[in-house]
Amino acid sequence: MAGTAVRRRLTWRLATVAAVTAEARTARRLSLRIDGWEGHLPGQHVDVRLTAPDGYQAQRSYSIASAPGSTTVDLVVQRIDDGEVSSYLTEELRAGDELELRGPIGGYFVWHADLDAPLQLVAGGSGVAPFLAMLDHHAATGSGVPVRLLYSARSLDDVLGRERLEQHAGRGVGVTIALTRTQPPGWAGLGGRVTPETLRDHVWPPDAEPRIFVCGPTTFVEAVADGLVAAGHHATAIRIERFG
Amino acid sequence: MSSRDGGMTFLSRGFVGRRDARRDAGRLPPGQYDVGDGFPVLSAGPTPRTAPEDWDFTVTGEVDGPVRLTWQEFQELPREDVTVDIHCVTKWSKFGTTWSGVALDTLLGLVDTSAEHLLAYCDGGYTTNLALEDVADGRAWVVDRFDGRPLEPEHGGPARLLVPELYFWKSAKWVRGLYLSGTEEPGFWETLGYHLRGDPWLEQRYAGD
Repeated sequence: MAGTAVRRRLTWRLATVAAVTAEARTARRLSLRIDGWEGHLPGQHVDVRLTAPDGYQAQRSYSIASAPGSTTVDLVVQRIDDGEVSSYLTEELRAGDELELRGPIGGYFVWHADLDAPLQLVAGGSGVAPFLAMLDHHAATGSGVPVRLLYSARSLDDVLGRERLEQHAGRGVGVTIALTRTQPPGWAGLGGRVTPETLRDHVWPPDAEPRIFVCGPTTFVEAVADGLVAAGHHATAIRIERFG
Repeated sequence: MSSRDGGMTFLSRGFVGRRDARRDAGRLPPGQYDVGDGFPVLSAGPTPRTAPEDWDFTVTGEVDGPVRLTWQEFQELPREDVTVDIHCVTKWSKFGTTWSGVALDTLLGLVDTSAEHLLAYCDGGYTTNLALEDVADGRAWVVDRFDGRPLEPEHGGPARLLVPELYFWKSAKWVRGLYLSGTEEPGFWETLGYHLRGDPWLEQRYAGD
């Protein structure tokens, strides 16, 4: 099982930044080359460690946003106001730099392509990052598992992986985006916060027995998970990852 | 701070870190940061909500006789107030948190046992393993109050474990009992690659650390 993937000792190693690209207004995709990378499962994360000249270190965890077979290991980092690590990664780091990390980590919040159940992804903000890996893996493996993504973001400029999501929608993935603060003219998606009605209309129903992943800020995740349980989904079918 | 991985030889180009992040260096275990007034919530599944009348707490396993306490019986046990720093494996630490509850010494004093390990079990199916020596002598509690108020469900209410000397995943939310055993049986995260003991000062985050 997945848990065995992290039994070996996780050592710190150096990745080389191959590219830093804009993923959204305040988010960057860090594409990393890592010699000897053993591969990962979609949904796993890495720990990143920064070291200052005086020896001060800071660590944070970031979900891997690229599929296991991708040529680079990608992290999507959302800049947080006053965030000492996210500010460095989104504003200072550039191609050619090295970045210290260890991973992959986590054996619970992962999607296995051999899972038959319909896949339901519910993301708030940068919580979509692990789902970008799952969707790319779903495409790469030619999986026939039906997938839906319900994604809540502040505005269109805050949507991560917009082009990739459009491509996934084009191959049959149900992509629903809810813009909570501002919607552009002619916006065909949803507006406002995710409500129990949103969940009823855009999430696989309980009798489809979906495997559900929810990732986002705490208040979003709490509201969504409570709503899903109230709608009749089994608590054990819902896997959660959150930040803040 | 040292690193057996040789991390000190690598410097992150252009990284200086926030000046105030060094302020509490002696109080922060390696790799942690002070989250300040925030109190992040972490769990793997939806938040269970158990009413006090449906709640009980059991001590079972290798004991002379299993014990079951109702919510009311739990409330009547001697209570302690504690103020401690807590450290989550996801890197945040929070200083000076105040809790109220029953010491594990009191709960384990209800049984005779020669067990050396326990597995805490919880609503929602979560488990975590602990060595008895890590929870004895005033080092662990079952708490039902935080900051002077009943513990909110998202923070583990009605009651959670509090084991401040270990990473916070050991402080299992929604705890319902302890299973005592002579052998160490890994809990939920410990089965998924996290460290069996989880001492933040030794940075025991993952298996092998």
